[in-house]
Amino acid sequence: MVKAAGTFGRSGSHDYILLRASSIIIFLFTLFMVGFFAATADVTYENWSGLFANVWMKVFTLLTLTAVLIHGWIGIWQVLTDYVKASGVRAFIQFVFSVGLIVVWLTGLFVLWGA
Amino acid sequence: MKTYTFSIYRYNPDVDNAPHMKEYTLEVEDNQDLMVLEALIKLKEQDPTLAFRRSCREGVCGSDGMNINGKNGLACITHLSELKSNKIVIRPLPGLPVIRDLIVDMSQFYKQYEKIKPYLINDDKTPPARERLQSPEDRAKLDGLYECILCACCSTSCPSFWWNPDKFVGPAGLLHAYRFLIDSRDTATEERLDELDDAFSVFRCHGIMNCVNVCPKGLNPTKAIGHIKSMLLSRAV
Repeated sequence: MVKAAGTFGRSGSHDYILLRASSIIIFLFTLFMVGFFAATADVTYENWSGLFANVWMKVFTLLTLTAVLIHGWIGIWQVLTDYVKASGVRAFIQFVFSVGLIVVWLTGLFVLWGA
Repeated sequence: MKTYTFSIYRYNPDVDNAPHMKEYTLEVEDNQDLMVLEALIKLKEQDPTLAFRRSCREGVCGSDGMNINGKNGLACITHLSELKSNKIVIRPLPGLPVIRDLIVDMSQFYKQYEKIKPYLINDDKTPPARERLQSPEDRAKLDGLYECILCACCSTSCPSFWWNPDKFVGPAGLLHAYRFLIDSRDTATEERLDELDDAFSVFRCHGIMNCVNVCPKGLNPTKAIGHIKSMLLSRAV
């Protein structure tokens, strides 16, 4: 069996399940957001911050950001292992993307609960 | 008479610094429809240095897999007429090292085939005196799998195999892997699945179905790979 330390899951099937599960969450969040903008004629600061004042919305958003973190991590690793053959360069690019994804997640956490 | 123009990939590492395309013309009687292999044999009479593999000349041995007008196929069962063009471009199978002209080094392809243990494993301590019996239903499960002739048309049309030929088993190997996974007489199903459950061997297939599009035997490796993924996932959840 091929060993792969750079990816997120513990095995090929684990990666596969994580990718699909996270994509369902991202899809649902996108659907919700499209619905919100379609149903709200005039998006103001009040109704936007009102939406994110709900605990369920904070949880839903953080869940989606977690899904983006996992989906992005595995996806980038798959693309890099296809196209970047020099392992040092690949590790560096993976590092940059992984740190970026964690920064996005942490930023989301502080924005959602910081105010 | 019909005139065909052939542009053929030529590379002889002993004399050429780099590969190049060489043009040939071939006159064919109006009432004649040659196979690409027959055309190549006629061209070899013009230029004996042209090198390609062929053996059975009837789509059984899988020796003359090559890229014909951008699509992998067997030269011996591809009619000139079905190419719908008088200009024919022939290149070696993509993604494998070229030994000479249309002859590729298939070692990597065979290594992947070897990896899936393409033989029956049965740990039965008391084997039957004669053959291992199989019901007609169980035997039918092997249809569409055992017919593969290992011509490598599928694996060399697969970008996942181009990028990771050392890690991704490829459609041909995986078709054979499923042939043994589903065989009622094989007892090594779990061990076989353990060997395949990494991020590359099976899961690097993203189902683009190039393999199905080119298989000269009309087989469906993507479907077999889907079954292997299902087997792996049903163990994982």
